[in-house]
Amino acid sequence: MATMVTSTRPPAIKKDAGAGPGFPGPNGNGSKRGGSFRDPESHANRYRIGMWVALASVTMMFTSLSSAYIVRANSANDWVSLPMPRVLIISTILILASSVTLELARRKLRRSLTSAYTQWVVITVMLGVAFLATQLFAWRQLKAWGLYMSSNPHSSFFYLLTGAHAVHLAGGLIGLSFLWLRSRSVTSESAVLTKQASADAVTIYWHFMDALWIYLFLLLFLWR
Amino acid sequence: MSESHEGVHRHPAPTSFIRKYIFSVDHKVIGIQYIMLALAAVVVGMVMSLLMRLNLSWPGTSWPILETLFPTGAPGGIMTPEFYLSLVTMHGTIMVFFVLTTAPQGGFGNYFLPIQIGAEDMAFPVLNMLSFWVTLVGFIVILLAIVVEGNQSIGAWFAGLGPSFAGGSGTVGPIGGWTGYAPLSALGKIAGPGQGAGMNLWVISIAIFCVGSLLGALNFITTLLNMRTKGMSLMRMPLTCWAWFTTAVLALLSFPVLLGGGILLLLDRTAGTSFFIPGGLYVSGLLSGSHPNFPLHTGGSPILWQHLFWFFGHPEVYIAILPGMGATSHILSTFARKPVFGYRAMVFAIFAIGLLGFFVWGHHMFISGMSPYSSIAFSILTLSIGVPSAVKTFNWLGTLWGSRIRFTTAMLFALGFVSLFVSGGITGLVLGQSSLDLAMHDSYFVTAHFHLVMGVASIFGMFAATYFWFPKMFGRFMSERIGRIHFWLTFIGVYAIFVPFHTMGIRGMPRRFSSFAEYEFLRNVDPLVLLVSIAAIITIAAQLLFYYNVFLSMFKGEKAGDNPWEATTLEWNTSSPPPHDNFAGVLPTVYHGPYEFAVPGAPKDYVMQTDIEAEVPDGNGHNGHKH
Repeated sequence: MATMVTSTRPPAIKKDAGAGPGFPGPNGNGSKRGGSFRDPESHANRYRIGMWVALASVTMMFTSLSSAYIVRANSANDWVSLPMPRVLIISTILILASSVTLELARRKLRRSLTSAYTQWVVITVMLGVAFLATQLFAWRQLKAWGLYMSSNPHSSFFYLLTGAHAVHLAGGLIGLSFLWLRSRSVTSESAVLTKQASADAVTIYWHFMDALWIYLFLLLFLWR
Repeated sequence: MSESHEGVHRHPAPTSFIRKYIFSVDHKVIGIQYIMLALAAVVVGMVMSLLMRLNLSWPGTSWPILETLFPTGAPGGIMTPEFYLSLVTMHGTIMVFFVLTTAPQGGFGNYFLPIQIGAEDMAFPVLNMLSFWVTLVGFIVILLAIVVEGNQSIGAWFAGLGPSFAGGSGTVGPIGGWTGYAPLSALGKIAGPGQGAGMNLWVISIAIFCVGSLLGALNFITTLLNMRTKGMSLMRMPLTCWAWFTTAVLALLSFPVLLGGGILLLLDRTAGTSFFIPGGLYVSGLLSGSHPNFPLHTGGSPILWQHLFWFFGHPEVYIAILPGMGATSHILSTFARKPVFGYRAMVFAIFAIGLLGFFVWGHHMFISGMSPYSSIAFSILTLSIGVPSAVKTFNWLGTLWGSRIRFTTAMLFALGFVSLFVSGGITGLVLGQSSLDLAMHDSYFVTAHFHLVMGVASIFGMFAATYFWFPKMFGRFMSERIGRIHFWLTFIGVYAIFVPFHTMGIRGMPRRFSSFAEYEFLRNVDPLVLLVSIAAIITIAAQLLFYYNVFLSMFKGEKAGDNPWEATTLEWNTSSPPPHDNFAGVLPTVYHGPYEFAVPGAPKDYVMQTDIEAEVPDGNGHNGHKH
């Protein structure tokens, strides 16, 4: 099927880079299906690509807030470092655990173990909700110490960064709920591929939120 | 993400009117919706520029209609300076965001990117619909700013939302330009007319717009990477697709930064934080912290806002112009009946412009007190953008060289784009040098520069695109006769408006002033000011021809075939207008580069990308299809 032309010309984009259909170029004698069909695998791949692209923009937003944090910390001498609410250590453990459980879920799906997959997804959702609860608890603790949004620049950034992260994490919870709702077993090839691709996309996002929290935690309490 | 089970027919053609034309997930309908949004927004922006010209040339004249509409902003029909300044702000904001960002990318990009790469729709159609509706909400919010600040009773009602929402100050929005510099923009109502509800709604509108653009950019990038049809390698894509793709990358990476800055600004305004507000401010007779309406602020950095804003703001000007460059390359090649000269160089130039665009934001801040060493770095990087820009211009001229041009209206506007891009770009070399900018900044020279290069040039790109693709979108031609009159009036008009701006700027005329009546040293430019105003009125009137042409031709235009311009790319390979899934169930296979005109040995003077029979080398030096 592959013609001479195919072998003399490198694909436009490597397929395993997850970045495109990687059609090898002109292939006129190829599939008699013409162009009426898309390769279901590369078609499902758009969820993964879309997620990486979306994360690039999330990265830029947190980069802008981080640079504001660093500039503001050095622009005047009104910076008062916050004491760390201890509960944040628990929240960090929770979100790390949730990444592990979601990864387990994804691997179960790879082996088509639907009920185990669903269970791990549900556990991840619960860990995610627990994380948000501990974050809320940390806010209440700061409030109890009399530290509000406008108290000093560090507290402003604390509320802002944890809040922005929580909003993004809540988006991840919506994604997980979507996986949960769609977790019944499917048979058609394209549906299986789509399901795996969307599970992968949500997992990528969730791991990213996990790493983002670790980064924010270090920025807020260890950066000097 | 709920539309995704089968291969090609992921969503059947809708039948009800609402699903077909209002809440449509079809990229073609969404593209037209974006264009309609831009056509509506540009009217608001143009009326504002008209009002500004009236005030500059005939200061003190009473315009009764203004008094009826804005009794506080124009008492006796005469504009207050605050009213004028809010016009400046809203003109800039609406034009940059809702015209120059929506029509080229959301409009034409949405409509033609999927067709040109041989896809049946965008990668995420529902997300695509959402991005349009989010953008529309952003537009409604910015219009609200006009009403809330301009109308006492609506302003009073809004004040119920909280102290920072007090409106009705008699302006049409905030005062402070489209850049919204802190601390003026961060203080709230205390800072003066328009800084209450108007500014809040302005920030909220921009934030909503950011979200809409991000959703769109995500979709464009994924579609282009994932949905190209068989044989559509990257180097066989039309330059329009490269331009839309690069624009999407710029939007994806720059809008989040503005969104972050906008959130900080909104918190400064409503939550009492001090990200951008320095300590010890004394505003409107009050010291920071001495009054409940003016809480204590310490230590914020106004320059931080400028950095965040311009980190977005500079890529934004490329977001506006790159799609115009793509369309121009495409149209020049089609009507010169020649391949684009140096296709690869064009692709790399687009990328280079996009990349460099991220490292030059400091040239907007030469006078902010930044280190002279930073200025030198920003200056050198800025001037280096001249290199890819010159490559593009050279290649456009190379494409035209020795050709027998078909002077359609689309071609005229594409040529106009090249002219305006050069005229506007050349002054960038002046302003990009920090030493010269010290003298030129905040003068009409700057206004002339960016209006020519990012405003009018982009608009010319869109005019060219409209005349070129209209037959594909609606199956009918636009009137060439009206189109030609429209072109010449507009082309001469914009030069008559913006060339005198340079002179005014060099003579020391500062921008954003509502009146120059008190400045003796500017008396000798008064005739120029009058000339500009008359030219502006004629040019704006000429746009009525365009609107007339668009809406008349939609229903009464001469019928167009599938490929009326004898062009080569995939959109001309389907019916006009294209069916719901673009290619009636069978995706095309691509065998040729995008611009194979005048190929020696070919049966016609053009080879379509899908022509399987033509035994010709493809445009990029590869051996083409062999049986």
